[in-house]
Amino acid sequence: MTASIPDRATAVPVLALGQTLLVSVQGELYDTLAEQLQHDITLRVADSEVSGVIIDISGVEIVDSYLGRVLAEIAAGARLMAARTVLAGMRPDVAITLVELGLTLPGLITALDVECALELLARPSAPNGSGLPERAA
Amino acid sequence: MQLSEQETVASSARALTGFLTRRREQIAQRWADVPLFRSVFTVSRDEAVEACKSVVDALAVVASTGRLEDIEAPGFDTVREQLGSMSGSRSRIGLSPARIAEEVAALRPSVAELLRAEFPDPAATEATEGLLDLTILMGTLRLVTMQTALSAGEELIARQRQQLHEVATPVINLWEGIVAVPLIGTLDSARSQVVMESLLQSIVTQRARYVILDITGVPTVDSLVAQHLMKTVAAARLMGADCVVSGIRPATAQTIVQLGIDLGSVLTRASLADALAYALRHQDIDVSARASLR
Repeated sequence: MTASIPDRATAVPVLALGQTLLVSVQGELYDTLAEQLQHDITLRVADSEVSGVIIDISGVEIVDSYLGRVLAEIAAGARLMAARTVLAGMRPDVAITLVELGLTLPGLITALDVECALELLARPSAPNGSGLPERAA
Repeated sequence: MQLSEQETVASSARALTGFLTRRREQIAQRWADVPLFRSVFTVSRDEAVEACKSVVDALAVVASTGRLEDIEAPGFDTVREQLGSMSGSRSRIGLSPARIAEEVAALRPSVAELLRAEFPDPAATEATEGLLDLTILMGTLRLVTMQTALSAGEELIARQRQQLHEVATPVINLWEGIVAVPLIGTLDSARSQVVMESLLQSIVTQRARYVILDITGVPTVDSLVAQHLMKTVAAARLMGADCVVSGIRPATAQTIVQLGIDLGSVLTRASLADALAYALRHQDIDVSARASLR
């Protein structure tokens, strides 16, 4: 496997947009690459003042249980450093596959695309993890 | 002995081929008046005659290959579609497959009569063998027609099942960013799959933030249905949409509680209106009567 030794050239770029980190994953995310990404994001969140992380997976066609776990771990790690993670742009077929596998990623905030994710992060945070600011009903 | 029998068969089949080719016009003219052809080709008799001719030609081809009893004989391929459409139009007006088979069987006597007239002595061996071959061939034709009719019926059922799935699960755009799926009828795994697919697709196209699954029309909610619902809710959430399940009737609510199904992860509302109100409120949309109308 060519991606077994990740280097800087193949790593997923992490872009900073103000207080938000934007990670756009394209193509298949190999296990080592996913780990590398987790490492990068955690470092960036710790280094700078980041309030939100958006992981755009609109270019990903396969999300397996390992990647699902890594994504959940990224979110959990970022949350410890007071940053919210939004998973954006999941494809319908990927969503169906994940649900059929029983991987509903309960801890993750989700959004339709990056635009929605930015909107979501602009809203005041809610500690319920549902991705929605809770208001008095 | 065996060989000579085969030869006899071959020669009588050849004779039948010759007869069918020679009398093509007459057979076609007679068949055109039989209910099967007359009722299908109502516009013009010529058309019916043409259709009959093509069937006679196909029979002649089959007879020439000697495979009188083989419904897969290549000769039938040319008329298979035509027979299918004929039997299809007959069954559309309410005829049972048995009735259609009878109508195909009704083609035989007129040909048999013509064939009998071919032989000076009706009791001769050639005559009886010829008639026997014709009977076998017509029986095969009947089977071929039945087969096409049945396979056409199966295709129709499969298509209608697909259509029923699509018709029964419309995704409605209630408001900007709010879509609703009124579920009607029993929710099995095939249907919930269709619901899920069309719902996720419309979340993308409508850019929906809220999804309302209305189960007013679902007669019973058992653990399986609940599981399907929760899967759909989870998939919609993965796409970034919030799901509200509405239309849970008192009886349904009681069943869910009695079965011990945990719908805790699913947001529920009593009616579609309540669910819509919830979604609107969360999008900071106020709907109220105009002050002047108060």
